[in-house]
Amino acid sequence: MSHRLPISKTPKCYVGGAFIRSESGRVTELNDASGTFFANIPQCTRKDLRNAVEAAAKAGPGWAKRSAFNRGQILYRLAEMMEARSIELAKAVALGGASQAQAAREVAASIERVVHYAGWADKYEQILGSVNPVASAHFNFTVTEPMGIIGVIAPDDSPLLALVSLILPAITSGNCIVVLASNTQPYPSILLGEMLATSDLPGGVVNLLTGLRSEMVPTFATHEHLRALSGAVNAEDRKTLKLGAAESVKRVRLLKAEQPIDWFADTMQGAEEIRALIEFKTTWHPVGA
Amino acid sequence: MPKTSSKTNPARELVFGDLWEFDPAPETADPKLKPRYDLFINGSFVPPRAGKYFATINPAHETKIADIALADASDVDAACIAAQKAFTSVWGKMPGKERGKYLYRIARLLQDHAREFAIAETLDGGKPIKESRDFDVPMAAAHFFYHAGWADKLEFLAPGKRIAPHGVVGQVIPWNFPLLMLAWKIAPALAAGNCVVLKPAETTSITALKFGEICQEAGLPNGVVNIVSGAGETGAAVIQHPLTTKVAFTGSTEVGKSIMRSLAGTDKKMTLELGGKAANIVFDDAPLDQAVEGIVNGIFFNQGHVCCAGSRLLVQESIADAVLAKLKRRITVLRVGDPMDKNTDLGAINSREQLAKITDLVQSGVAEGAEMHDNGCKLPAKGFFFRPTIFTKVSMSHRIAREEIFGPVLSILTFRTPEEAVEKANNTPYGLSAGVWTDKGSRILKMSTLLKAGVVWANTYNKFDPTSPFGGYKESGFGREGGKQGMLDYLRVV
Repeated sequence: MSHRLPISKTPKCYVGGAFIRSESGRVTELNDASGTFFANIPQCTRKDLRNAVEAAAKAGPGWAKRSAFNRGQILYRLAEMMEARSIELAKAVALGGASQAQAAREVAASIERVVHYAGWADKYEQILGSVNPVASAHFNFTVTEPMGIIGVIAPDDSPLLALVSLILPAITSGNCIVVLASNTQPYPSILLGEMLATSDLPGGVVNLLTGLRSEMVPTFATHEHLRALSGAVNAEDRKTLKLGAAESVKRVRLLKAEQPIDWFADTMQGAEEIRALIEFKTTWHPVGA
Repeated sequence: MPKTSSKTNPARELVFGDLWEFDPAPETADPKLKPRYDLFINGSFVPPRAGKYFATINPAHETKIADIALADASDVDAACIAAQKAFTSVWGKMPGKERGKYLYRIARLLQDHAREFAIAETLDGGKPIKESRDFDVPMAAAHFFYHAGWADKLEFLAPGKRIAPHGVVGQVIPWNFPLLMLAWKIAPALAAGNCVVLKPAETTSITALKFGEICQEAGLPNGVVNIVSGAGETGAAVIQHPLTTKVAFTGSTEVGKSIMRSLAGTDKKMTLELGGKAANIVFDDAPLDQAVEGIVNGIFFNQGHVCCAGSRLLVQESIADAVLAKLKRRITVLRVGDPMDKNTDLGAINSREQLAKITDLVQSGVAEGAEMHDNGCKLPAKGFFFRPTIFTKVSMSHRIAREEIFGPVLSILTFRTPEEAVEKANNTPYGLSAGVWTDKGSRILKMSTLLKAGVVWANTYNKFDPTSPFGGYKESGFGREGGKQGMLDYLRVV
């Protein structure tokens, strides 16, 4: 059998529905667990982040207007895309040193999580919203609305499951997001971008960046078009993000990356995760002629 | 065909001018005030450790009503420790149905004392007695009654999740609805099983401290509610105290942002209800007389000291002249004066400082080229008063169209299409509330969907209810007060 030179993939970030390299031209070398060179990962910049926010802003109104049923179907389609490439995903997770079994478990849990939120798309409103029995002649009701564009910062560990667990509750309700993937294990996010691209999710709803957290966090903190920040980061980054959030009263939901987080737990998913990233709007509609 | 009289011969108006004066109709019951109010800590009224007091005045007469204790950091510390002890030893362990019964008691006692609370509120804050009597106090009691019933039903708030109270909640409230804001804060916090340390606004402490007497009368366990009066430093001590694991603040966006900054290095949970610059949008098919009443209620209720006040009137161009004519006539019959008079529509501005702020913004409106109309009424010689004022020829860039005035000042802008109305309404960093006036139900729902605001009133304005969540988008803050959504903001998922 003659030797065939394999075609190696150039990892690219999924932004605005397209696959991009960083505008900076910078890359970070990624090695596998044994220390062998694996690929060059884009080292995105603050400019890339701002571009991604613009892409999200374009996609936002359309995604928020999709019917809940349609959003659910698209999210389920994402699970289908992941399932079909689960072996490849597991290899990507294993790059960071996880055993084959651990990686397969993380991939399976990630797919289950996507399916879980696909099911929430047309149900969370019935759990979180309400009709309110006010004392006057008004039909008073509270509905949820997406916040808009949300910055998501993934932790280093559980590079696929944590990423998916942070992305899904944000987009299920119609938000668009700009995500910074794991610094140390970015490759699963590259693959996830490829699956998002084939899932019928409109381009720009999820924008997945790779790069240095230390470079990007200050821009996540202060970018005024980001209406909320979600993620798992260390104490220093939490403070930076919260300080920046104060300038435009951003909503902040940050877990502690320095403590162990059991991303596999069922408590890490559900309507309360969606609730953290929506607004409530209450309407007083007159009753009577 | 007979000529239509409405075009050629406008309906006659009965305008009596100064022909007859209203007789005074003062409220005279005894508000049962003390000359000096101490801090309410651990179930007792205690003097502040540093022995300092400040005077609270009646803004309608500029006369002193009482001395109010000034809490410093050590007093706040004592209050937080008392609250923590009450939480761990009594309140946090008490079955929900028992907590609920205390809240029902408080609701009933507030109703029993309604008249004295209304008078105290009006004396201290300057709002018309008819508002404190018919709105503030009954609504405060209603909030306790509503939330009392939640205390033993918390598991229905977050299906599938285990929830728990935060522990000690620090709360800082504003001067525009002193007792009502206290009720919005304390009722859900207690129903959830938290204990509270609350700081009332510097100019309006009396009803909060009188509420301490209600807690005593209700037999509420010591330390569950603690009231620490003072100014900004006292509030900061409450917000920053390590024992207050959740803080709730209602006030200006500026202070809200400084609170966010000051807590950036902590894990504290926050809800903030901040400023607003609400659009009140009148379409050409709206019932105009009803709309004019709603516009007046939207901006002149409580002298315009309302975070959700309809301070930007957006009128469809085709009816702008008609609405303005009706509005001008309507404000001529608004009665400004003694807040204790039952016929008064606009009472006193809450403080000299606030009067200066309103005056400054109104002057900026004139200087920037808007046209000012007020009702020209006589104002009392003493006290802080401001005439109901409307501005026409306002553009979106004017300060009076962008900044929260927090006074009886309305800026009128026009629009042609619904899209333009939405664009103008949403063109603000705030997002607390909005009003829509139209005869079409489908337009109400469409507008409500497009407006970036937490509360949308259709063919009404400034309506509130304990079951109806209240709170903002964007820089108007986050979290809700009222309803099941507000209730859950006082719990944590464990």
